[in-house]
Amino acid sequence: MASIRDIMDTMDYGPSPEASGEVRAWLRGHAGGIGHFIDGAFTKPKAPLVDVLNPATDEVIARLSHAGAAEVDRAVAAARAAQPGWAALGGHARARYLYAIARHIQKRERFLAVLETMDNGKTIRETRDIDVPLVARHFYHHAGWAELVESEFPGMGPVGVCGQVIPWNFPLLMLSWKVAPALAAGNTVVLKPADLTPLTAQAFAEICAEVGLPKGVLNIVQGGAETGALVTGHKGVDKVAFTGSTAVGRAIRQQTAGSGKKLTLELGGKSPFVVFEDADLHGAVEGVVDAIWFNQGEVCCAGSRILVQESVAARFFDLLRARLQTLRVGDPLDKSTDVGAVVSHRQLTRIRDLVASGVADGALLHSADVELPATGSFCAPGFFTGTAPAHRVSQEEIFGPIATTLTFRTPGEAAELANDTRYGLAASVWSQDIDRAISVASGIKAGVVWINGTNMFDAGAAFGGMRESGFGREGAREGLAEYLAPEARRKGSPRPAPGQVPVAAPQGDGVADGIDVTAKLYIGGKQARADGGQSYTVRDASGAVMGQAALANRKDVRNAVEAAAKAGGWGGVTAHNRAQVLYYLAENLAQRAEEFAALLARATGATPRSARAEVEAAIARTFWYAAQADKVDGAVHATKSRHVTLAVNEPWGVMGLVAPDEAPLLSMLSLMLPPLAMGNRVVVVASQSHPLIAARFMQVVETSDLPAGAVNILTGARDELAEVLALHDEVAALWYCGDAAGVGRVERASSGNLKAVWTDGGQSRDWVRDGQGREWLLRARQVKTIWLPYGE
Amino acid sequence: MTPTARPDAPFPRMTGVPFDPAMFKDVRVNLSATERRAASLTTRRSVKKDHQAAWLAQAITCIDLTTLSGDDTAGRVQRLCAKARQPLRADLMAALGLDALSVGAVCVYPTMVGPAVRALQGTAIPVASVATGFPAALTPLPLRLAEIRYAVAEGAREIDIVIPRELALTGRWSELYDQIAQMRAECGAAHMKAILSTGDLRTLGTVYKASMVAMQAGADFIKTSTGKEEVNATLPVSLTMVRALRDFRDLTGQIVGFKPAGGLKTAKDAMAWLILMREELGVRWTRNDLFRFGASSMLGDIERQIEHYVTGRYSATYRHALA
Repeated sequence: MASIRDIMDTMDYGPSPEASGEVRAWLRGHAGGIGHFIDGAFTKPKAPLVDVLNPATDEVIARLSHAGAAEVDRAVAAARAAQPGWAALGGHARARYLYAIARHIQKRERFLAVLETMDNGKTIRETRDIDVPLVARHFYHHAGWAELVESEFPGMGPVGVCGQVIPWNFPLLMLSWKVAPALAAGNTVVLKPADLTPLTAQAFAEICAEVGLPKGVLNIVQGGAETGALVTGHKGVDKVAFTGSTAVGRAIRQQTAGSGKKLTLELGGKSPFVVFEDADLHGAVEGVVDAIWFNQGEVCCAGSRILVQESVAARFFDLLRARLQTLRVGDPLDKSTDVGAVVSHRQLTRIRDLVASGVADGALLHSADVELPATGSFCAPGFFTGTAPAHRVSQEEIFGPIATTLTFRTPGEAAELANDTRYGLAASVWSQDIDRAISVASGIKAGVVWINGTNMFDAGAAFGGMRESGFGREGAREGLAEYLAPEARRKGSPRPAPGQVPVAAPQGDGVADGIDVTAKLYIGGKQARADGGQSYTVRDASGAVMGQAALANRKDVRNAVEAAAKAGGWGGVTAHNRAQVLYYLAENLAQRAEEFAALLARATGATPRSARAEVEAAIARTFWYAAQADKVDGAVHATKSRHVTLAVNEPWGVMGLVAPDEAPLLSMLSLMLPPLAMGNRVVVVASQSHPLIAARFMQVVETSDLPAGAVNILTGARDELAEVLALHDEVAALWYCGDAAGVGRVERASSGNLKAVWTDGGQSRDWVRDGQGREWLLRARQVKTIWLPYGE
Repeated sequence: MTPTARPDAPFPRMTGVPFDPAMFKDVRVNLSATERRAASLTTRRSVKKDHQAAWLAQAITCIDLTTLSGDDTAGRVQRLCAKARQPLRADLMAALGLDALSVGAVCVYPTMVGPAVRALQGTAIPVASVATGFPAALTPLPLRLAEIRYAVAEGAREIDIVIPRELALTGRWSELYDQIAQMRAECGAAHMKAILSTGDLRTLGTVYKASMVAMQAGADFIKTSTGKEEVNATLPVSLTMVRALRDFRDLTGQIVGFKPAGGLKTAKDAMAWLILMREELGVRWTRNDLFRFGASSMLGDIERQIEHYVTGRYSATYRHALA
């Protein structure tokens, strides 16, 4: 043993292992295997049991049952049976349970931290100081929501049974993000933890038993991807929430398409970490430590692409290299360890393969000069210099402690490089210039932006992605809303297929009198002929020919989306300006009210009175959304002291809107107006059977000061165009009001870029009475959370 | 030079550099980021058992045992010096296997330098004197310089000068540089520690700039506080100064020491600051030629902790000799 004098010379930290005796005793108690938690009871572990390893030692610490269809059925049935009672308990009673869970997590905080470390490989410093405190915070916050949900969300109630699948990187924390809001809102849960890290979920189930949570409210089924698919695909599940890889998220999107399940996905990322020359460089270096070298880089929102302004890049990389050498890698239970074990050897191999590809592409890897433990899956942290956007390591999520770097010259270039990714989960912006920091933060496509910080979380601030990082939010009011549904379920009848089928061939009959009318498409602020050079005959309610409508094809969709993509200015003008334009649109429509009423009556066979009522409703609705345009405010969340945490409403960008046949003018406007009010650009597929209403409406749009490309209108075969829109990667969100089969098709097709899809389930509605409201505006925006710590 | 090869490798005494605002004018310090790092320094590292005892023994060697009170007398100073010679009880020394251990210096007012030097005769322990109108630094410059001359003549081998805050608060950096450079010249062979009075400077940006100017003007050490300000040494301020020191080293190759002072009272404080030095600068900066604590009561707590390590029993204050 080193003498005191020797240690004074070396000033070594020496070992300081966290005690693991209690956890080991617990593991011995579970030596027979870990089963499931169904209907308030722990199931007997059933062979074959799969080994669960401590990735830091490769030691088998538990053996896990994998749930099959029978167990998942039982769990869903238990959740279903428990749900009405759980909801009927009322908010206050549910709050008491969630409060008890929060308290018990705090009472068992060290146990949970040690167990998580042994199961996952992450350091005790992080499980103790970050994971477990955030878990407790999440349950406290949602105990509050349980108490308040009835008064804060009038008319809303639970969705029902939630099927939730969580990843291995923050096992207990992700459990809390899923379970707490679901239970608070009155839902019941079937949760599947990751098979690599099942243990804290088991401990959590024991805590739930300890606090006497009613049976069936929380069910945990253990297992791998197959079990997960059984949960997400189960008929009895009303809502699916998933956190994990984009590939699996895409599969779940396809699996749940057309099922009517509510879906939220929190997926991968390749988040930019932008350092400007006026940043606190030392602070930013520590930011990197807390970003990519946090949790072994196994963080979906990790700042993994470091962008540094060229003027300070050399110095920054020097500082980063020096800091890298002070990281301590090794036993995650040691209280002086910075970087623990990655979750598995398989994950380690994946990291190494990707890193090798970076080296092969010519990038220079800077690694911590550390001796890795002989056993366990450890990876030396590091970063690349000399990476280019085209390199695989710059595009794919490494999910390990290795960042790529790039330099930039101007703030504009920084934002451009930051957005050069299919993901949009998070971003860090480092600058002491408030104008610059906030303008770059608003320019980056990401659900969360941290200014002069990174990986800041709070239950009171929404977290979630844009683009292929998924949709939906967790935390805060927005997160809770994902677990609520309108109490009064709308009972529409299934929407019939469109009355008229577009046929491009001449029909033999035509319009008897007047000058021939050329109905075109509306693309990029101009009336445009259909790309295919085709039209279809449109008949009125009596079957007589009203005229011909342009028959759009996939290239027209492409052109319309391109025009919409270029019209980004619409989202940048003031809300007041958008309101003015919408008022003007209403004004111009009003001037032609009689004309539209007559057209509607003829096209749809509506009585003159109801046709006039539709036009009046359309005008009133336009006024209503003009009024709302400057009133859908964001929020400032109360998170940490001396932090401004902003929830900013941002438009999706380009939205695809697919209108039904019923109320062809009003339904189209009901779909168009909320996105326009919130600053989106829209590509509308008008009523297939009554396209001449839309064609006439183009003239109103033309005279209403809408910038070119903000509104694009297509006529033609609804579902064919809808599918092209759903498949288009530039379209960020899609609203579809077609039939049930179409719902499944567009949801499936949307999995390419994981666009947010809203449908009305293929049920027709009375658009006059039911087609307007705040929820439409909230659907037309996504929340960006911006963290801005302050002080000097 | 990066003196990391040996724990006690010598290095040339720093000389300072010509005044160069380019070294600091664009540097920005973010408070929240600094606080986050400061807060996690001590949660990321843990030192236990024999390592903790060794670290605390090392901390003792870095203490500038200090008395700076209006009621200081020669007798009080002699008592302090006796403690400086034998900071740790003999039985505890033996239990740690240490044969010699003394503090970094004894720090007193100029008129107490004489008694201190006499009381420390036969030891290598230097006497440090505060000077330059401590603590306000608002006496005329010639008097402040004369005070350094006096303390050096009395036998002080280290001079803790204090900067006039006005010059920092109003951004008169070149004037500040000139004054500190003159002070350094007056110090001669005595090492100069520049007290920035960070509690008065308030913002970390100003702390960074003042650190840089003091180093450019030739400060051997930069020191946080007089101990008389409302806010004394804090970890975020110390982190900022240590980063300035590191930047200065990287830019000039010159080696500067650091001394937090005021408000450091516990063994836990000692550990926190040693971790800061080791993490941000390396082991070399845990030696007392580059690191000092300005403290008086901290030693007592360290003694109690060491006794606990040795005996396994929690110790009491009265079991250790007063300073």
